[in-house]
Amino acid sequence: MMANTVEAKGQLTPDEQKRLTADMHRSLRRKKIRALLLVAPLLIFILVTFVSPIATMLFRSIDNPQVSEYMPNTTAALARWDADSNELPDEATYAALVTDLKVGRENHTIGKAATRLNYEKSQMRSLLTGTARKAGRLEPPFKEQLIKINDGWGDIDNWRVIKRESSPYTASYYIAAFDMETTPAGEIRMLPEQQRVYLQMLWRTVWMSLLITALTLLLGYPVSYLLASLPMGIANTLMILVLLPFWTSLLVRTSSWIAMLQGQGVINDILVWFGLVSDDNRLSMIYNATGTVITMTHILLPFMILPLYSVMKTIPPSYMRAARSLGATPFTAFVKVYLPQSVPGISAGAILVFILAIGYYITPALVGGQTGQFIGNMIAYHMQSSLNWGLAAALGVVLLALVLGIYALYSRLLGSNNQMSLR
Amino acid sequence: MENSASSEAFVRFEGVQKSYDGKVLVVKDLNIDVPRGEFLTMLGPSGSGKTTSLMMLAGFETATHGNIYLDGRSINNVAPHKRGIGMVFQNYALFPHMTVAENLAFPLKVRNMGKSEIETRVKRALDMVELGSFGDRRPAQLSGGQQQRVAVARALVFEPDLILMDEPLGALDKNLREQMQYEIKHIHERLGVTVVYVTHDQSEALTMSNRIAVFNDGIIQQLAPPTELYEKPTNSFVAQFIGENNKLSGTLQSTQDGICTVRLPTGELVTALDINTDDIGKESTLSLRPERVFLDPVEGQCDNVFTGKVEEVIYLGDHKRVRMNVCGHDEFIVKVPNSTDNKGLQVGGTAPIGWSSKDCRALDPI
Repeated sequence: MMANTVEAKGQLTPDEQKRLTADMHRSLRRKKIRALLLVAPLLIFILVTFVSPIATMLFRSIDNPQVSEYMPNTTAALARWDADSNELPDEATYAALVTDLKVGRENHTIGKAATRLNYEKSQMRSLLTGTARKAGRLEPPFKEQLIKINDGWGDIDNWRVIKRESSPYTASYYIAAFDMETTPAGEIRMLPEQQRVYLQMLWRTVWMSLLITALTLLLGYPVSYLLASLPMGIANTLMILVLLPFWTSLLVRTSSWIAMLQGQGVINDILVWFGLVSDDNRLSMIYNATGTVITMTHILLPFMILPLYSVMKTIPPSYMRAARSLGATPFTAFVKVYLPQSVPGISAGAILVFILAIGYYITPALVGGQTGQFIGNMIAYHMQSSLNWGLAAALGVVLLALVLGIYALYSRLLGSNNQMSLR
Repeated sequence: MENSASSEAFVRFEGVQKSYDGKVLVVKDLNIDVPRGEFLTMLGPSGSGKTTSLMMLAGFETATHGNIYLDGRSINNVAPHKRGIGMVFQNYALFPHMTVAENLAFPLKVRNMGKSEIETRVKRALDMVELGSFGDRRPAQLSGGQQQRVAVARALVFEPDLILMDEPLGALDKNLREQMQYEIKHIHERLGVTVVYVTHDQSEALTMSNRIAVFNDGIIQQLAPPTELYEKPTNSFVAQFIGENNKLSGTLQSTQDGICTVRLPTGELVTALDINTDDIGKESTLSLRPERVFLDPVEGQCDNVFTGKVEEVIYLGDHKRVRMNVCGHDEFIVKVPNSTDNKGLQVGGTAPIGWSSKDCRALDPI
């Protein structure tokens, strides 16, 4: 027994230290296993239902199987063709194309490849599907006949697009997500001004989220301060009022804002009644950016108040009193003593509201109209209506990267500050 | 020296009342004069109104009625930051996001003092509390005692004439607390500032104060220097609150020339100083310090001699605390110096005890 125990006297030899460390680890192992078992169900649940779908979704933003899978012969034939040669592909390639079109028409798969190619160049869909209908009757040699059916097959640019997109991975969704396009020659350039959509929408999402965050802070800070300085009983009652919106469905809250803000709604009626606004000149406060900002500020307000309140609750009133007794006016005492100590609450609330806002979908969809749509609505559109999942995934990745970037910036700017006050 | 009454009293409470709910008075008719340079302690149990009185003086609570004067002028309507009163809080209230030096510079900065002036003053204040090299630390990096010293230095750095302290030593352990008591006392003596100190710890009050105001139930029970408070309590609450005290209840039999006779429930008669009694035949409580009771009194030493039965002996090194049953009262404590003579004190045994009527005070009934 003595061999296994460590003598507690004096300096430990390296050997004894090693044994002590081993003892320590052994005694902690059971605790660690227990902790792991406790979190295991949640961990598995998240991995299966959350992380893996998201990973799959993100993979879709670079995944490009349609052309190579549904036009395998053409893909193989085009691999031999030099896209920069300024010459049309050879007869073998046209033969491979006809084979692919025939098989694709029988299996009803050619449409998928056609849709994919249409993202890159318009009229590619009709070129492929139109030709596929007639491909069954063709006899070799094919080159001339195909060009006769649709002179698109005599356009080198179309072949370049097919060759480019026959690769199993693509950056084209990201290129599209940044309002750029790849020219047939392979250059990447910005789209013409009037066709740009996503960057503008991303920028709008960011600044409107910032505005909403600022408004919730502006409205939430005084309320939190009041809650934190009131006696416990009254504060708890008022806290229920803050939390009350959580008990109502998000849809109901958003719809009630429609009733409030619309042209014939409550607020406009009151303004007209008081004569502040003429009846034929009612304010448009809904189905635009204003509607989105007002409604989302209301909906996200509790997410600002709760972290602020929990931090302010820990600031003893004696700090303000001390500052006052030392000669500071109430304003100076607040700015120099209270405000710096509430910074962890401000940053926690701001980051929470901002991240929630930047990915918001339902409210902008209902009250945003044209000018109040967020990037989330665009992602939903490509998921549900246009079925361009690759682009939806690419936009999602851009949004995720943006949030992570902002979070990194936040923790660099305010992280040290938070640690300081926690110390 | 134009109006002598208010210029002599640096701080003056005049008929001050305070109620939080409109039903109960937390402070009832408070009247105190604190001369310049005095160390006055407000002592009392929690809820006695002492902290409320201090907060009214600091300006964080408003008096419901009455006036508070500072240096001859009424400060009822003066905002806290304009009163120029230094304050040390129970939890120190050092600003955690500032260094020690920044904490000390705070009251000087808000007074728009010059940078070099601030530096010299901060340094002087830190040196005063022997924390010269701690200026760059944050409060959380200091021990409790060091934080306490910083809090005191911060309250003094802008050279106020009046310092308020609200149980500043409550969070410290016993040894540190005693050490800090002396330090605060010495700082007071050296600087000559007026200090109003609030505590519920009687030994703290006795150690430091020039005068002590004992609070109970919103009323000052007695306002006197420490020795007088201990030796000559004027009512049962003070006798009970300050130091250890034997109390014997009985009815007043007779009183003459300040000496009275009280009959105990068991029939014995005790002579005592008549301090605060009602009419003859009414209840009175006798107060007697344990160290003024003699075991085996010499003939003629005491005019009250009884027999006590030893219930319990507690050995405390330099003395023994003996709990006895005297005249049917079994919480009677006698302090016996540790000497070789009284080894024979046995639980269950009896011994004659006695005390002088000059050490026994007949007070109001509890």
